[in-house]
Amino acid sequence: MMKIQILGTGCPKCEKLAANAEAAAKTAGIDYELVKVTDINEITAFGVMMTPALAIDGEVKLSGRVPSSSEIVKILASFD
Amino acid sequence: MKFEWKRPAIILAVFLAAYFLPVGQARFDGAIGEALRLLRGYARQHVLLCLVPAFFIAGAIAVFVGQASVMRYLGARANKVLAYGVASVSGSILAVCSCTVLPLFSGIYRMGAGLGPATAFLYSGPAINVLAIILTATVIGPTLGVARAAGAIVFSIVIGLIMQLVFGKQDREIAPAAVESEAPPAKPLWKNALFLLSMVGFLVAANWSGGAGGLWAAVHSVRWVIAGLCVVATAAMLARWFSRGELLEWCGSTWAFAGQILPLLFAGVLVAGFMLGAPGGEGLIPARWVEQAVGGNSLRANFFAALAGALMYFATLTEVPILQGLLGAGMGKGPALAMLLAGPAISLPNMLVIRSVMGTKKTLVYVVLVVVMATASGTIFGMFFG
Repeated sequence: MMKIQILGTGCPKCEKLAANAEAAAKTAGIDYELVKVTDINEITAFGVMMTPALAIDGEVKLSGRVPSSSEIVKILASFD
Repeated sequence: MKFEWKRPAIILAVFLAAYFLPVGQARFDGAIGEALRLLRGYARQHVLLCLVPAFFIAGAIAVFVGQASVMRYLGARANKVLAYGVASVSGSILAVCSCTVLPLFSGIYRMGAGLGPATAFLYSGPAINVLAIILTATVIGPTLGVARAAGAIVFSIVIGLIMQLVFGKQDREIAPAAVESEAPPAKPLWKNALFLLSMVGFLVAANWSGGAGGLWAAVHSVRWVIAGLCVVATAAMLARWFSRGELLEWCGSTWAFAGQILPLLFAGVLVAGFMLGAPGGEGLIPARWVEQAVGGNSLRANFFAALAGALMYFATLTEVPILQGLLGAGMGKGPALAMLLAGPAISLPNMLVIRSVMGTKKTLVYVVLVVVMATASGTIFGMFFG
């Protein structure tokens, strides 16, 4: 199962990213678990300064912007 | 089964509030009218010429200015002197949304240039973001707008240096190195700068007030010509230098800012108008109280304004209508600056987050420093411009 992590303190952009990621995972038809990381120290521990950020299985893929869901689909596909 | 008490409690509270609603009492009805009057004032005077262009500028900054390039100067191996300078001004392009300030602060502290630059950024960020400066200058006046930006930059460096001096020797637990963000779109810096400059030009020209005569009045009489030229220049640059994709991304980000900030701002305007009244009117809180607490330019008034600002939570930009209401009710210019400098930088909720990042002792020192600095700068400003 793939672990999709959304890093962000809960601002609207993070919600948008979470929604896009969920849509992307459904489109790609993969088995996933969506986790929101909101604690600022945990976010920093990922090495992320600019939120929102997207990590897959603990590896940061994107930070500082909200990608479209089709872009996330491509990222997900590169993992299989 | 756990008893669900929250919903009944809320329903009861709403019912009681409605039951005892003081409709018909002069002060309450007056306050509602003031709230609506202030809201109309914003819609008529500040949305089209000030806020809309400001959102486009903020959107352009978010999309076209490479944030990664700024963060390079705040990284672990950054030149320490340069880091303070960059930290104190970078809020203008990094911190348009207040929720981005804290992660950046935590990042600079843990894996970047360290405590001093991090606190400098934390302090100046909310005060010098582009939207805040523009709205402060057009709604409250250019003097306070400039004083707010300049004060935030100068005092952020002072606060950063003091924090570094006091706590610099202590070790911080270093987090793994920052993840490199992907490279920003390759467009030369001067093109972006010119593009932003022409939009800022439109905004300044369109909001130019006649004022003191001489050069000011001369510019005022041709302001629409200047504003028009800026629009033409912006459109020309857009057509020549920017692709369709970039244009869409820019509009998307502008739209996102507007959707995120406008509801908060207008809610803030309503609350400020209700409690404090539009300029020339009185809201729920008697103007006499405001004048007693923060009128004039005494040290006490400045301190009170700074402390109140430090504890209160201001959503992005709502400090502006609240300050406008307070000024209308008799607040002095010095205390106004003190509140502007202490207010958006800290609040009770974000003190808790800051504390989780750097501990109780550092947070306390930081809060005390902010309040003291804001009081001092308010008092000095009030002596010259009050």
